[in-house]
Parts: sequence; C-alpha cells; structure tokens
Amino acid sequence: MTVAIVQFGGSNCDRDALRALSHLGIDAKLTWHEHSLPRDVSGIVIPGGFSYGDYLRAGAMAAHSPIMAEVRDHAASGVPVLGVCNGAQVGCESGLTPGAFTTNSSAQFQCESVYLRVENADTPWTTAYDVGEVIEIPIAHGEGRFEIPASECTTLSDQNRILFRYCSEDGEITEAANPNGSRDNIAGMIGNQSNIAVLMPHPERATLSYLGRSTDGQGILQALGK
Amino acid sequence: MTLYTATVTVRLKSGVLDPEAETTKQALERLGFEIEALSSADRFEIDIEAASIEAANEQVTAMADRLLANPTIHDFDVEVQR
Repeated sequence: MTVAIVQFGGSNCDRDALRALSHLGIDAKLTWHEHSLPRDVSGIVIPGGFSYGDYLRAGAMAAHSPIMAEVRDHAASGVPVLGVCNGAQVGCESGLTPGAFTTNSSAQFQCESVYLRVENADTPWTTAYDVGEVIEIPIAHGEGRFEIPASECTTLSDQNRILFRYCSEDGEITEAANPNGSRDNIAGMIGNQSNIAVLMPHPERATLSYLGRSTDGQGILQALGK
Repeated sequence: MTLYTATVTVRLKSGVLDPEAETTKQALERLGFEIEALSSADRFEIDIEAASIEAANEQVTAMADRLLANPTIHDFDVEVQR
C-alpha cells in the first residue's frame, strides 16, 4: 500500500508532497512518469511544478504521457487521485476533471496565502472540515484561472462537485478574494467520481507546522491514507 | 501519398478573458500606439504525408482537437495546402 507521486520533467512539488505525506504517516514514493505505477498503489498524487516546461499549455503535454492511462484506470477503479496546481492543470487537460485552468486575470504569477471556503464536506478530501469552514492554504501559479462554460459550471455546482472556493478571511465569496479570476471563485473540485480531486492551492505547503502559519492542508492529504 | 502543409491557428473563444493580450495592448499603448482591440493566437505549421487533402485535413483536425487546442477555451482553424 503506497501512494505514488508522479514525477514529470519539471515537477517541483513532488518532494514537498512526499515529505508532507510522510509527516502524516502515509507511505509514499516518487514514480517517474516513464515508469509504471507501483503494483500496490493505494493513492496517486500529480504534484505541482512546470511539467514539460508548461509548453503549449500548462499540463497539456503531461496529460498525454503514457502513465496517465494508468492513472485513469486506477482512478476509475476508485483509487484516490489528487492533482495539485500543475497536477490540477494536468487533471483538467486529461479529462479527469472538467474545465480548464488558464492565465490568471492579473497576467502575473501569484505566490500568496489565500482563504478557501469548504463547499462540500462529504468527500474523502474534505471529511476533516465542515461546510462553510474557512481554511488557509498558499497558491503559487500563473495559470490558475478556472474556466468552464457557464452551463457546465451550473452542473458542477448542482452536482455538489465544488470542493473549495476562494473567499475572504470571514468566508465571503467576493471578487476581491478571488486571486486569479476563476469562474465563481472555484479553487478545486472533484471529477465524476469523488475519489478524483484537483485544486490549485498547495495542501502540501500547509501541512508541516514549521513551514508557515497554517497546517490546514493536512485534511486534504489525509484522504490518501484512508 | 502527397506532402501537405497544414496551418493550425488556435485562439481563445470569444468571451474568454485574454490577460496576455490585454497586457500587450497596454504595452503598445504605452509606446504611443492607438489600438481599438488586440487578440492573440497560436499558429502551428505541420508537414504531413497524406493520400488526399481531405485526409490531411482530417488528421490535422484530430491533432488540434486532441492536443493543440483545449476545446473548453479554444476555437481553431485548419488550413491545408499542397
């Protein structure tokens, strides 16, 4: 039973994820994208970074890497799959989750702490939280603006598939609290199964207490240890 | 089989915010140019052997559909020439 953290050329949050999972007592190892996933894989992390140098579009090349066929098969069989930041872009590009992450409305790379409101606490990724709870997790991206046609966005919302929305410190969903111009302040969602999740903020950077002011990301990663 | 050259132009769908184009427009205006609107697009040139121009078009359209463009945010055009 091990969590595989998929390394692409240009991944740079892979070891952060490994350390965060180890801290939580979850067995994990790095898997190079040209290799196969471990036979006993019990969870998969597609980490942050700049896979393939963000050529073409962030996540576009990695989404078609052969290992993603294995990721899709495991996802379909119920193995938890978490895409973080570049991993979220890979998730959308590969069709594991709907929509697309594209250039921030500021046209700038943004590295800052943000507040997220938990929208659905009834998923493996959010059982540690309550609906409406505000958590603090950092972002670090240039292409994190979630875009999706309005009708699909309504469906996503109606199906209760939105995990987190960017919010103010007191939980208000406002334009000012939306760091990148994402539609409806969406920061993370599940795929067509609740074991598949992507989010732009970095839970692995909000897990170790000595790294910063928040350990709010722990609850998300703990889903990989269940 | 004949060699064809295909040009794929990928642009954001109308209504999708293009911050890079907006920033470029502002930079040009700072240089003193007056601009009503500016949009950007990616262009790919692909040489391909195919049995007919229709077959070349079909293959390149599949390439655009599966990788070069993201249908959620992009429209694309394919032009094929001998």
